[in-house]
Amino acid sequence: MAILLNRSTRVIVQGFTGKIGSFHADDMKRYGTKLVGGVTPGKGGQTHLGLPVFNTVKGAVRETRAEASIVFVPPPFAADSIMEAADAGIKLCVCITDGIPSQDMMQVKRYMRRYRFEDRMRLVGPNCAGVITPGQALMGIMPGSIYLPGRVGIVGRSGTLGYEAASQMKALGIGVSTSVGIGGDPINGSSFKDILQLFERDDDTDVVVMIGEIGGPQEAEAAIWARDNMRKPLIAYIAGLSAPKGRRMGHAGAIISAFGESAQEKVEILKEAGVVIVPTPASFGEVVADTLARTKKAA
Amino acid sequence: MDIHEYQAKELLARHGVHVPRGGLAYSPEQATYRAREVGGSKWVLKAQVHSGARGKAGGIKLCSNDEEISNAAEAMLGRKLVTNQTGPRGKLISRLYLEEAVDIAQELYLGFVLDRKEERVMIVASAAGGMEIEEISEKQPDSIIRAVVDPGVGMQGFQAREIAFGLGLESNLIGKATETILGCYQVFRDYDASMLEINPLVVTRDGSLVALDAKMSFDENALFRRPEISELRDKSQEDPRETFASDRGLSYVGLEGNIGCIINGAGLAMATMDMIKIAGGEPANFLDIGGGASPERVAKSFRAVLGDRQVETILVNIFAGINRCDWVAEGVIKAIREVGVDVPLVVRLSGTKVEEGRKILADSGEKVIVADTLAEAAEKAVAAWRAAAKKKAA
Repeated sequence: MAILLNRSTRVIVQGFTGKIGSFHADDMKRYGTKLVGGVTPGKGGQTHLGLPVFNTVKGAVRETRAEASIVFVPPPFAADSIMEAADAGIKLCVCITDGIPSQDMMQVKRYMRRYRFEDRMRLVGPNCAGVITPGQALMGIMPGSIYLPGRVGIVGRSGTLGYEAASQMKALGIGVSTSVGIGGDPINGSSFKDILQLFERDDDTDVVVMIGEIGGPQEAEAAIWARDNMRKPLIAYIAGLSAPKGRRMGHAGAIISAFGESAQEKVEILKEAGVVIVPTPASFGEVVADTLARTKKAA
Repeated sequence: MDIHEYQAKELLARHGVHVPRGGLAYSPEQATYRAREVGGSKWVLKAQVHSGARGKAGGIKLCSNDEEISNAAEAMLGRKLVTNQTGPRGKLISRLYLEEAVDIAQELYLGFVLDRKEERVMIVASAAGGMEIEEISEKQPDSIIRAVVDPGVGMQGFQAREIAFGLGLESNLIGKATETILGCYQVFRDYDASMLEINPLVVTRDGSLVALDAKMSFDENALFRRPEISELRDKSQEDPRETFASDRGLSYVGLEGNIGCIINGAGLAMATMDMIKIAGGEPANFLDIGGGASPERVAKSFRAVLGDRQVETILVNIFAGINRCDWVAEGVIKAIREVGVDVPLVVRLSGTKVEEGRKILADSGEKVIVADTLAEAAEKAVAAWRAAAKKKAA
């Protein structure tokens, strides 16, 4: 059933009636996502895009039995919206918002720990493109048309670079089980390792592509975990070969501030852990095709 | 966003951190006047630029009379200080800070960072101050003390005390050190800092604890609620190319190469720059035009990129998701006609409405080199840049 999201997942939109929320809600609905309503405080009781609007996430969950929420709320209020979703019993929250202060994200992660691990909401993002299970459902802002349904899992920080990888794969007839954008912020809900764990357990995924970048410890941490625990082949690309130290390359988290955070160093760590490296961003398709062919031969 | 040493010291002093007496000066006359105001017989004149390692670059001078102060100020003001952190272009010295010289008995290191593994604020301290933290962790890793703050309750007194005792301070300094550490945490938290470094924090010969230097950076995503920090921005310390772009809402980082880049999405921008490097070229910049790339926004991006005289070729790479290739193509044509693009231009469009976009480029009659894939785009950009450079040389 792929990971996180499928055609029967009941989804609400936080920041539903805003311009961005409306645009993407409509797009997600058309893709086939089971959208059951939305939340905009003060607009409860109205109907928007043919769906009910609620004042609170709790109200939406009570009436629609929503289990997943996508957040398009502006940065000053986004952390509050994520915590509201967690408190209302939402199981999966995808936060698209870019520009949330780091200290707000520290609060969010602290807040989520009040729930037992089994009951804890899974947060994906913020500052991400979202989640898509091709052919089934979309909770995000990616163009659905570039993904073929298939058996390769994708997890990456960047939106458009993920599109590049998926479209190179599509050109070779290779499809995707689920693609997850974990976002470009220094503190995020799900790490690379968290998502790899889900792909490893997923019967519909054969191979996983990890699209990382400079900054932070998550790619290395994921590679070490994969070396010790993963049976499925892991393929990776790290963006930012030409990034100078100490400069923020767009994403709040894309900054080399410590040893092991440059693209070159990360590639070395990944190689040592046995990860298949995509040498250039133009060779995602090729490397995935090779790896799939080798996996089939071995099986 | 970075601020100056004197600004950081002002913030810290308001929260119980001791700093040397000092004052700001914009001219040699003001500097000597400040010396009289501050009193004493030895002073340190410090260039206020957004960089560490100023001492080695000639940005910090010990002076003992008016003449020395005046000479040092004259030598520094208006000059660009090049340190190992500023890049070869250096940073303009337009402000000086004059401080009383302090009699140092011991140098300590105290830093606050957002630790990405813990996802919390981490305090890093060491009794081996004066060196950069990278150097300390290499040479004296055992001297490093760490503490992590629970964001639910904030930093606790015992954590500060543990650090103070861990630094091996005399018992009469523990109270002051605890106050200093907690004061720093308060500033870090209350102003949404992303980094605070006091290096060195010194024990003076007369037994007090003083922040001799202070460096602070702030979370740009939190500036909306910190107007008092936004006010401290000093544009003279930024790359003018970056100021131009950021004032227009573009995310831009200036580099040293010759191929200008206009791309949507930070990850794709980095990957495209990697591809240029692999193809044998050097990118002139990082530029993410972001989500809604209207024709106006594309034109602004061209202005930002062409503002850099080193740019000899431009590569546009757009993977349209929310964007539409036809809008981007219109923007490119608008930019050529309005801004005037006098260098080779390579455009690669992909995603939503790509056929329409390519048609607009082809029908325009403008000189645009079109590429279908990322690899082709980088190769064509490097080839065009080489040809242009050859022509220039001939």
